[in-house]
Amino acid sequence: MNASTLPVSPSFLTLGPVLFNWRPEALRDFYFRIADEADLDSVCVGEVVCSKRTPFFAPYLPEVIERLAAAGKEVVLSSLALIMSERELDQARDLAQGEGWLVEANDVSVAAMLAGKPFAVGPLVNVYNEGTLAYLQSLGAIRVCLPAELSAPVIGTIAKAAAAEIEVQAFGRLPLAISARCYAARARNLAKDGCQYVCADDPDGMPVDTLDDEPFLAVNGTQTMSYHYMDLLAELGMLRGLGVRRFRLWPQQADMVAVARLFRGVLAGTLEPEAAAAELAALCPGVEFANGYIHGREGHALVEADD
Amino acid sequence: MSTAAEPARPDLVRPELVCPAGTPAALKSAVEAGADCVYVGFRDETNARNFPGLNFSRKELDEGIAFAHAHGAKVLVAINTFPRAGQPELWHRAVDDAAAMGADALILADIGLVDYAARRHPQARLHLSVQAAASNPEAIRFYAERFGVQRVVLPRVLTVQEIAALNAKIRPVETEVFVFGGLCVMAEGRCALSSYATGQSPNVNGVCSPAAHVRYVEQAGGITSQLGGFTINRFGPGEPAGYPTLCKGRFVADGKASYLFEEPTSLNTLGMLPDLIRAGVTAFKIEGRQRGRAYVAAVVQAFRAGVDAVLAGRPVPDLDLDRITEGGRQTTGAYEKAWR
Repeated sequence: MNASTLPVSPSFLTLGPVLFNWRPEALRDFYFRIADEADLDSVCVGEVVCSKRTPFFAPYLPEVIERLAAAGKEVVLSSLALIMSERELDQARDLAQGEGWLVEANDVSVAAMLAGKPFAVGPLVNVYNEGTLAYLQSLGAIRVCLPAELSAPVIGTIAKAAAAEIEVQAFGRLPLAISARCYAARARNLAKDGCQYVCADDPDGMPVDTLDDEPFLAVNGTQTMSYHYMDLLAELGMLRGLGVRRFRLWPQQADMVAVARLFRGVLAGTLEPEAAAAELAALCPGVEFANGYIHGREGHALVEADD
Repeated sequence: MSTAAEPARPDLVRPELVCPAGTPAALKSAVEAGADCVYVGFRDETNARNFPGLNFSRKELDEGIAFAHAHGAKVLVAINTFPRAGQPELWHRAVDDAAAMGADALILADIGLVDYAARRHPQARLHLSVQAAASNPEAIRFYAERFGVQRVVLPRVLTVQEIAALNAKIRPVETEVFVFGGLCVMAEGRCALSSYATGQSPNVNGVCSPAAHVRYVEQAGGITSQLGGFTINRFGPGEPAGYPTLCKGRFVADGKASYLFEEPTSLNTLGMLPDLIRAGVTAFKIEGRQRGRAYVAAVVQAFRAGVDAVLAGRPVPDLDLDRITEGGRQTTGAYEKAWR
């Protein structure tokens, strides 16, 4: 891909919500640094995976939001993905009724609560086609981050039909499944109710290997993720050409300020994708990358750029 | 059909038994064994059991509906994958045809498709598929109030107590729960593990852990089962090699090998039927459109007897379904909180 051929329409970068259970002070400091140093347009905050984690970061949330907003970042409040209890519904209602911030619905119930005002749709709501997109737009969806398993042609078809801004997950472990059962607790012979918050021991997810020691998946509490990190640096230009306006970087245990700089550089045409990919690999030592879904393949596949 | 005596528990609502039919023969078996409803799909990727040799042509469904109706049973048509962008016609035609044939309900998962069905066929009865994973009252009210959905198949994430509380909040919307068979451990319709390993997923292709991507590799120490090239399990000499369903495999995490997500087990709630009936569930669903007619008949008869016993105020008969469950192992799954 020649950087000079990139289309000129603006592209935006979103930092997805931290999906892992990071220690509250570490999470606060992470967001402070993002606010101060990262070249990002939007930053999502909020617990998506497990409501048991929510109370720990709550005291820090207002100052994090304030710092991000003061630094010129659009703050997006992300909802829980799997809502089962009244307590979780109440949390979602508080989120939906708040003023001043864009809310990202990660469950259909939250989209229903947000109907009538502008809202964002996260990648854990099933938007697979233009029919569902049109309905969510009629409710007020102005931005939709698409599910992981869609291929470029499907993304292009949806983007072409979209009034909302279409966002694609471009970096990090992909959220693949959510469950009522906690696998971090189960791996340590604990029940979810007495989980001791062991998911915090794996701030980048707990690697799941096959019996042949092949890396396969990663567990983040009740969420199952890809072992591989998604890397769409080489596909940014193609996806922009298809009408994708926004790209999501998932926070990992990596220098996310530097990761954001690489994606911004490629989008701005100041950095060649190949050079950026080499730098990304250096920023994430030992990490295996994948881009299979975008190419219509199995998600873990890595398809080399053909030009 | 049921020949239950005068119910000794008139306070309890008699739940419908919703039984799988992957073929016209299975449909007849299920109806004859006492199914109140059978659920079926068209022979294409519009339904979540898009397996070779399964499902119904238009003509077969027409005949199946006639047979079921003649025997007092209903036919529910599952159109519960997510339409491919740019090609919604296959899914729209499935909705149109099922409605025109007199299907008693359409089981749908995709918001856009539910919207289409509600607009084009306002008289059609709509059920929300488990693949929509509506796990709380707000989500259920969304589908009920905006599209007139009358019944929701609950995702396998809630306990019996939570289901009872949910039913109290969403009436008159009905709930249907799985009572037997294969068991998703992830919230249904929100799992891309299969496509991560194989490129094919329940949501897009109507298949999970598809057979075309399965390999059994013989090694000195036994047999390794693989999916998409990933080892899912290993079996010693003489040990039966189970099917490599991704979430029922053995993996290494935190330094040890285990069935990290779930053992190779089947859901069996026969023992908790009284609790599920008291929870106000309208319909009990048996998984297994890929199963043969003997399996379907045995399970339907057992649950027919179980439901009728509870309604008659008798204990649930201790019926042996061990032989037909996966690996002989059974679970009550998410219905008990300890499962989590």
